[in-house]
Amino acid sequence: MKEKPDVLQGTLALMVLKTLDVLGPQHGWGIARRIEQISGDLLAVNQGTLYPLLLKLEHEGSIASEWGASENNRRARFYRLTAAGRKQLQAETRDWEQTAAIIARFFNVRAEDLT
Amino acid sequence: MKFLRRFFIRLSNLAIGRSADHRLQEEIAEHLAFQTEENMRAGMSPAEARRQAALKLGAAQAIREHHHAEHSIPFIENLFFDLRYAVRMLLRSPGFSFIAIATMALGVGATTAIYSVIDATLLHPLPYPNAAQLVRIESDLPGVAAHDIGISVPEWRDLESSGIFQSVSVSGHGADVNLTGSAQPERLSYKHVTPNYFSVFRVDAQLGRTFDPHDATPGFNLEAVISDGLWRREFGANPNIVGKVLRLDNDVYHVVGVMPRGFRDLGSTNDEWNTEVWLGAGMAGLPFPPPLRGTRLQSRVVGRLNSGISIAAAQERLDALVNSLKKQYPAEYPAQAAWTVRLIPLGESVVGSVRQSLVLLFGAVGLVLMISCVNVANLLLARASGRGREIAVRQALGAQRTRLVRQLLTEILLLFLLGGFAGFTILFGAQRLLLRLVPESLPHLNDIAIGGGVLVFAVAVSAAAGTIFGLAPAWLMTGVDLIGTLRQEGRGSSGSPGRSRTRQILVVGELALSLVLMVAAGLLLRSFWDLFKVPPGFNPARVMAIQTWLPGPNDPNQDTYRTATQEAVLLREVLRRSRTLPGVQEAAIGDMAALPLGHSNPSQLPLIREGIETIDNQAPVIDSPIVSPEYFRLLGMPLTRGRLFNDQDLESTPQVAVINQAAARTYWPNQDPLGKRVRLHLDSRELLNAAGPAWTTIVGVIEDARTESLADAAIPQIYRSVYQHPAKALAIFLRGQLDPGTILGQERSQVQAIDPGLPVFHAETLEDVLSTSLAVRRFSMEMVAFFAATALLLAGLGIYGTISYLVNEQRREIAIRLALGAQRSTILKMVLRRGFGLAAAGAGLGVAGAFIVSHFMAGLLYGVSPNDPPTFAGVTLVLTLVALAASYIPALRAMRLDPITTLHSE
Repeated sequence: MKEKPDVLQGTLALMVLKTLDVLGPQHGWGIARRIEQISGDLLAVNQGTLYPLLLKLEHEGSIASEWGASENNRRARFYRLTAAGRKQLQAETRDWEQTAAIIARFFNVRAEDLT
Repeated sequence: MKFLRRFFIRLSNLAIGRSADHRLQEEIAEHLAFQTEENMRAGMSPAEARRQAALKLGAAQAIREHHHAEHSIPFIENLFFDLRYAVRMLLRSPGFSFIAIATMALGVGATTAIYSVIDATLLHPLPYPNAAQLVRIESDLPGVAAHDIGISVPEWRDLESSGIFQSVSVSGHGADVNLTGSAQPERLSYKHVTPNYFSVFRVDAQLGRTFDPHDATPGFNLEAVISDGLWRREFGANPNIVGKVLRLDNDVYHVVGVMPRGFRDLGSTNDEWNTEVWLGAGMAGLPFPPPLRGTRLQSRVVGRLNSGISIAAAQERLDALVNSLKKQYPAEYPAQAAWTVRLIPLGESVVGSVRQSLVLLFGAVGLVLMISCVNVANLLLARASGRGREIAVRQALGAQRTRLVRQLLTEILLLFLLGGFAGFTILFGAQRLLLRLVPESLPHLNDIAIGGGVLVFAVAVSAAAGTIFGLAPAWLMTGVDLIGTLRQEGRGSSGSPGRSRTRQILVVGELALSLVLMVAAGLLLRSFWDLFKVPPGFNPARVMAIQTWLPGPNDPNQDTYRTATQEAVLLREVLRRSRTLPGVQEAAIGDMAALPLGHSNPSQLPLIREGIETIDNQAPVIDSPIVSPEYFRLLGMPLTRGRLFNDQDLESTPQVAVINQAAARTYWPNQDPLGKRVRLHLDSRELLNAAGPAWTTIVGVIEDARTESLADAAIPQIYRSVYQHPAKALAIFLRGQLDPGTILGQERSQVQAIDPGLPVFHAETLEDVLSTSLAVRRFSMEMVAFFAATALLLAGLGIYGTISYLVNEQRREIAIRLALGAQRSTILKMVLRRGFGLAAAGAGLGVAGAFIVSHFMAGLLYGVSPNDPPTFAGVTLVLTLVALAASYIPALRAMRLDPITTLHSE
């Protein structure tokens, strides 16, 4: 069986923010499921590590949380993006795209282009 | 900035930390529930669904811990954990905790008590600006064994212009003066000072002014500066006091200033702290002797060094100055006299006399503290055997050793700090009681306070002691043999050999320390007892001394008691009336020098013997009390040769003197002193009327009495008759069945019936005077004895604990021996031998230590050698007996062990 690559350091936060941005308020398990689905089960997310991250993001003011009822009427804590979080997401998205573009350019360069 | 923000979040997490952790737990549980449901929908059995959910989540505990480390300050958190745990452990064994805390309270409390005294006396700087610059200047003639000989006016001028000092002040020894004009004539302490006196101290008046430092008026200037105390007491704190008249010894002075509250005159020594009036004087001009280089004023000299010059450097320059003066005036400074001038830090001269006693006490109390610490460390180790299992289990579960050490150390520190705090609290509560034990002669007595500084000291000492004495037990306690300990189900661990050895070393140390203390206490006790029992050579029983002082106005012609003949009229009448008082059998009069052991500054006069060439500077000095003829009989000082004074020895008849045997031995060795003639150079009569040499003939020799110091048997004395030499500061001696409550009033009315201007004050029995003269010794002796008893008790407890522990450890072995037929007495002997072995080791070490210590305190001993064999032997015996007694109880228990039950229970 092929080893699944771990989530790149620091990208989990970005995934969480983007998930909340797209789906709106969501509880922890929903976020975890969503990340798994989107990655097509290619990424191994240790689901447990998500919760400390959520707490950290909340401390930093990027997300806020409140108790609510889930679809099947369980009590669950729902997270939503705050204004600061949205701004952070935009900034990090820009950074990420820039980085990705640079990396892509490196991949596309061939030897004859450099002479 | 970001770091700071994270730190604050962490800090706030610390406060609400529990809830964050709680929430994390909740969410994880919730997550598991979701996942399990999902898994079940996928068709798993409930158990499998839960298992898979948990696997998918990862290690929940690790996540929590990781989150925790991320979000809080682990060090403080752990500290809280440890503290809580420590409190629980302490509460779980209240007996142990109580003993440990009480032991530490005793150790820290006693140390803190002595520290508070030392803090007030030795550590407090003098209350003057830049006090470090203040020095006392003392000149000596070591060649003729004369010390502190005072200063002459030319020498003072030399010092002032030497460039070493900012200024140099000269003041009198401090004397007394009669204040009249108030309801009751009062006697005050006053001091003649040069006008720059206060500017040397850099203290200004709170009201009015001090003297003009540049005023060089010869003789007296009729200005007075008074103390805050006198201002409040006599003048009701009158704000218009400046310019008011102050009648002192019938002279009229004007008050020019009031010193601030709390200004204490520490001109030179602690004896002079209660000065209430300062009079300005140029030390040249009447009534002071003419300013000759060799005519020294009996004075105290205090100078302020130039800034930036150290005492050592100043002393060097001063030595150079002295040498050049000696060359310049060879006649005034003969080589044999070897004139020297010394600088002494003023603070040192104030507390120097008690430093040794205090340092000794601090040493003693330090030993008690160490013994307390050793004892607690010992108790901790004893408890370690009971906790071995707990620690082993925790280590087996993966606790790190450093973590465990830290936790145990927290526990120990808490114990020590609680003890220290308890000690301080007791001290704080009992301070009034304790202060009463402190001898009144201690300088800065009023500064002794149990306050914040002392609390800081107590806490610091406890923390330091806890760290030092807690590390080793903590380390040893965590060094358990895991497998061994865990295998011994329920039997409790048989402690590691290291622990057992450490305990024995601790007990030996403890015994040695207490032996040192006991030897010190024993030697002090013997010194004190010898002093207490020493025959003083006079009979203080049923004798009271009441003081009265005659005024001495500045102009001798104004003095109604100028000559002995004038004074005799008063004195004879005082004596006649005193004898009529109820209970009085005998009465006599003497000056302050004649009050045995009751004066701190004997004024000594140069003794010039006829036929022996003596330059003034080289003359030996001698105490010269002035007494009435009845004095010797009243005090029971027997005559050995010649005669005493009689009523025919008057001013108009040849001068006579009575000396004691010490004077005879010292100044006329192997000769008959009777008929020898002497001159006491600074005889006041001669100053006023220097026409011809007034020779004094020695007519009698009395036996030595310890009138100067109980510790010194033979101080030369030359007595003169009050009917030939007027004296101002008088003591009336009364012997009989006296009522101490009323006698002062009765005597006062008799004296004031003759002269209403005379103050009559301070009635004390000679027995009180005697006992007061021993106060500082008694204090150190009592304290050290108390510490020694404490140390002995602690050492006894320590050896008891250790032997009990050893016995406990050997229970199985003893039971087997008994089962195999060993005699019970053999078991008893075996255990006792161990106790004895420890005691012997401790005593051996202790004796060696005590030899060293006792030589350091040789200066405090009297009549007993620092190596006094009876003391050493007695103390060693007592210690050994206590050690054996302490071992006896566990030994008895070992002997009575029932082999069957013991072996069964194992």
